[in-house]
This record gives sequence, C-alpha cells and structure tokens, in this order.
Amino acid sequence: MLKIAKYIILDIVRSKVLLAYTLLLLAISLTIFLSDADVTKGLVSITTVILIIVPLVSIVYATTYYFNAAEFTEMLVSQPISRRNILLGKFIGISSSILLAFFIGVCIPVCLFAFSATGITLMISGCLLTLSFISLAFLTSTITRDKAKGIGLALMLWFYFSIIFDGLVLMFLTLFADYPLEKAMIVLTALNPIDLARILILLQLDISALMGYTGALYQEFFGSGIGIVFSLLMQMIWIIVPLFFALKIFKKKDL
Amino acid sequence: MRSLIVKIGLLFMLPVPVWAHTIIVAPGTKVATLKQAVTLAKNGDTIRVEKGTYISLNTIVDKELTILGQNQPVLDARFQEEVLTITSGHVKLDGFIIKNSKTGSMRDFAGIRLSNVEFVTISNNILVNNFFGIYLSNCKHIQVLHNHITGSNNIENSGNGIHLWKCKEILLNGNYVTRHRDGIYFEFAKKCLIENNFSEKNIRYGLHFMFSDDDTYRHNTFKNNGSGVSVMYTRRIAMLDNTFIENWGSSIYGVLLKEITDARIEGNHFIRNTTGIYMENSDRITVTHNDFISNGWAMRVLASCNKDHFTQNNYKGNSFDVTTNGTLKEIYFNDNYWDKYEGYDLNKDGTGDIPYRPISLYAQIIEQNPQSVMLMRSFIVNLIDKVERAIPSITPESVKDEKPRMKPWKK
Repeated sequence: MLKIAKYIILDIVRSKVLLAYTLLLLAISLTIFLSDADVTKGLVSITTVILIIVPLVSIVYATTYYFNAAEFTEMLVSQPISRRNILLGKFIGISSSILLAFFIGVCIPVCLFAFSATGITLMISGCLLTLSFISLAFLTSTITRDKAKGIGLALMLWFYFSIIFDGLVLMFLTLFADYPLEKAMIVLTALNPIDLARILILLQLDISALMGYTGALYQEFFGSGIGIVFSLLMQMIWIIVPLFFALKIFKKKDL
Repeated sequence: MRSLIVKIGLLFMLPVPVWAHTIIVAPGTKVATLKQAVTLAKNGDTIRVEKGTYISLNTIVDKELTILGQNQPVLDARFQEEVLTITSGHVKLDGFIIKNSKTGSMRDFAGIRLSNVEFVTISNNILVNNFFGIYLSNCKHIQVLHNHITGSNNIENSGNGIHLWKCKEILLNGNYVTRHRDGIYFEFAKKCLIENNFSEKNIRYGLHFMFSDDDTYRHNTFKNNGSGVSVMYTRRIAMLDNTFIENWGSSIYGVLLKEITDARIEGNHFIRNTTGIYMENSDRITVTHNDFISNGWAMRVLASCNKDHFTQNNYKGNSFDVTTNGTLKEIYFNDNYWDKYEGYDLNKDGTGDIPYRPISLYAQIIEQNPQSVMLMRSFIVNLIDKVERAIPSITPESVKDEKPRMKPWKK
C-alpha cells in the first residue's frame, strides 16, 4: 500500500501540473498578504479564493490522474496485491501530494503572516476540504469507465457543491421563511463540505457579530466543543464515506 | 461662538479679592483635613492641599474657593460616602486624586458632585473607583477639563463617568473616561460643548444622551465600548470630527440615532464597528464628509427616517454599505465615494456616469430572511453581487447615488 503511494507521489511531484497549482496558491496567498496590511481581511480574501480553487483542483486533478494511470492500475491488479490496498495506496499517494501543494502554497504563508486561531482553522479546513474532494474524485472515477464522463461528473459535483447547493439552500429558506429554520440550517450546512469549511472559518473571523440571531446560534453551536467535534466529524464523514463506496465498487469492478 | 461666550464668562468667574488668604492643608498639622480648611476659609480664599492621603467623607464646599492639590493628594471616601460635594459657585478644584465613593442603588454616590452651581472649574483630577465620577445636577457654566476617570468595571454596581442632569452651557474638554457604565451621560443638558474627550471600554455606552438639544461634540474618540454610542430624543446637535472605533459585537453600534432631528454629522471616522450609524425615526440629518471604513454595516437606515442627506462620504471596505428594513423615502445620497462602485467616467469630471445603488440585493435578501446570512462570502453570494452590477435593474430598492465619486474624498 505505502509502496504504491510512494510511486504515485514520486510520479506526481515530477509533473508540472502540481507545480503550477502550488505556485498558483503561493502567488494568491503572498499577493493578498503583501498587498493588504490588515491580516484578518487577508484571511477573508484567501478563504474566498480557497473555497473555490481547492475543491476544483483537487477533484479534477485526482480524477484525471486516476484515469491516466489506468494501465498502471491494471498492472497492479495482476500482481498479488489486494484491491483494497491498491485503491488506498492510490488515495494516499494522490492526496498527500495535493496536500503538499496546499501546505506549501497556503499553510506556509499563513503561518508566516497570520498565525492565529483563524489561520489554524483555515489550514485545517483547507486540508480536510482537499481530502474530501479527492475522496469524491475516487468515487466518480470508480463509478464510470469513461474518462470524459468521469471528469464531467467530477466537474458537476464541484459545481453542485460550490454553487447549486447554496442556491437550493437560498430557495429553501425563501420557501420556508415562515418556519424556524436555524436548526435545519445547521443540518443543511453539514451536507456540504464547502459550507462547513466556510462557516467554521467565518465564525473564527469574529464576523458572527454581523450575523445577528442566526450567527449567534451558529456561534453557540459551532463555537462549542460539541460543535467543533461535530463539524470535524462531518468533514471526516465527507472523506470516509465516498472513499468507502469507491472501495466497494472498485473491489467488484470489472476492469 | 457658544464656547466663546462661556470662556468670556469664565474670565469674570474668579474675582480674586486683595484680602484673600491661602490656607495650607497638610497631614499632621493644625489643618489636617480639607473639611477643616473649608470651615476656616472665607469666600475668595485659596486652599492648598499638600501631598498625602486624606479621608474625605462627603466634604461639602459651600464657599467660593480655589482648591489646589499639590503633587496630587488623595481624597478617599473608603466606600462610605461621596467624596466631595460642591454647593457654591465660583469654585476651582484642581489636581486631586479622588477615589472610592460609596456605591448604592438608592442614591447616586459620586466622586465629585456639583449641585445647583455656576462658574465652577474641575480640572486635572484623577478619579478612581467611584460609583459616579463627576456628577453635575442643575448647573450652568461649568468647565470639566483634563480629568482622568476610571470606574470599577463592575457590571451591577457602576455609575456613569461624567453625568450631567439638567445642565446648561457646560464645557467638557480633554477628559478620559473608562470602565464606567456610560462614559459620558447627558440628560436635559443644553448648549454644551464636548471636545477632545476619549471614552473607551465602558460597560454600556461611550457617550449617551437624551433630551439634550443644541450640543456640539468635536474631536472626541469613542473606542471599544460595550454598546458604542447612543443618542436619543434630541434636536439640533452637531457631531464633528469624532472617531468611533472598534465598537464590535452583536447589537453594538458606532452611533445609534433614535428620534434625532436636525443633526449635523460631519467629518467623523467610523472604523471597524459592527454598525457605523444606525438610524431610527431620525429626520433632517445631514451626514457629510465622514469616513466609513471596514465596518460590518456602514449604515443601517430604517424606513422611519425622513429627509436625510448623505453627501461626500467615503465608504471603504464595509461588508454592507447601507441596509434598511423597508422602503426608504426622501433619503438622499449624493457625491459619495463607494469602493464597490464599478461604473465608468467617460467625461472625466470625477463622478461616475451611472448611479450607484448602495443597498445590495443580498442585503435585501438577508433583511427578509435573516438565516440566509449564513451564505455570506459563499460563491453564490459573490455571483449575486456580480450579476447585480451587470444588471442593476434587479436591485429592488430605489435608493441610489446619482453622482458617485470615482476617487475617495481627501481631508
């Protein structure tokens, strides 16, 4: 398992795409921190960018890589290695290399310029977000055999989680405006890893003061120990569940 | 002009007669307390209090005296009484440390109380740990200058730093107030001038006034107070060049205006407040040359406001520029600089060619549906903002700035 991961990491690190991604993240973080004297505002800007770019790159890159390495997978399957180990090896390989890019591109600048509770939340949420979208990428890749379809599905998923989901939430809120929806909103938030990451970071940013009653309720929930455990747990579920299904499919799949 | 009248009035305030004596109070001498000195003194005398600590259980100053503290002597009430009460006009009190007045819910115990007097100057004192700091009731022509007032920060037992009730023509200059309930509190105080004061970290409001017409507030700073600044039921006030900074938290306002009419708010700085200005039932207010920087809401103007003018202000880095709870009528925005404005200026006259609508669609959505605030800074909200700029007609509110500035106003 770890051997497979090692091969994949070495393979990815040499590719130019990952380097480009690292440089992009680094450029964004450095530009924002250097151009804005207010560190908190810088963190807000970085959050906005990260919540769009990180899931997109993670899911698309992981899917593409999975399909491009299909022959390698076939070769591995012919060896006496269990399919579970093959898939997990791939997951560890891909995710650790993308995490490395995130670490260099975002974590290091944040540590240098804005090392605070908010910065730490931003880094942890970013890492978990990367992992959950790679996990989703594995699910889409194992579901289909066709590369184009797989990438299309990955893009659809990204689009769904970053825009359509929030649109639906907005519609839901307008439709059921007469009902108390605060608790329902917490549940809805948990259904989208991007929202979960965004709200965790925003609450850290002391922006909850702007959010009135709803914000206070969120702060009370997500600010408490149970809330933090809950949100971390939900993020973990968003990593484990898609991977679990991917594993289930991959075990029975006719390559 | 008003201040000039007060100042000229003060020139005649302390007629020093040739036969005036100076009484010296020092520990261990014949005159060992301020109370003894006041009993000995005649109108027009000077009392000099040497360095030391004196117990002062409500020393009453009922003669026209100049009382000077040398090297800041301490008057201590040991939480048993008020420290000092001035019941005579033409008194000057300078250079004391006044501390530990009694607290209580039946009476407002104060560090220095002025009651029914005129032409009194309170200057350069340090007030520590009093229930109320300086309490003026029914006074005229008083100067309160350069005092440093620190309260107990006790939520249940805390009075106001400087408290005015039914006063006229008072000058407050250069005072520092912290850790009290309200930093500066006015009720029925008319024609006063409040300048160069600094009020921070008070439990409730930095400045709070009601029914106090014709007052002028200049160059004051209100920072990080429990609920910001609250002004209510008052006519014809001027708030000029003040700074409202970091009054942050839910339902905390830089300035809360309620039933204020004919006010001038000019040249103020609102920086990092949850809400810069909150306006309710406020009519004929002109807000000009102010800076609104990095606030949550720069302004929240309720539909109950009328005939208000907002011109030549700078709005920079606010999460929301303007919000409201209904339909605004006769609220005019003109010639302001908005950092979110993305219009163009073809004829290069410094004003944009298309109007700016300060109330965003998302602000309206939040208004109708507070829960949707949870989508703040999400992709879809950014998208809504962009769409709105491309198609301004979808913005529901008719309020707009016809001549938005392209560049910020400079001071």
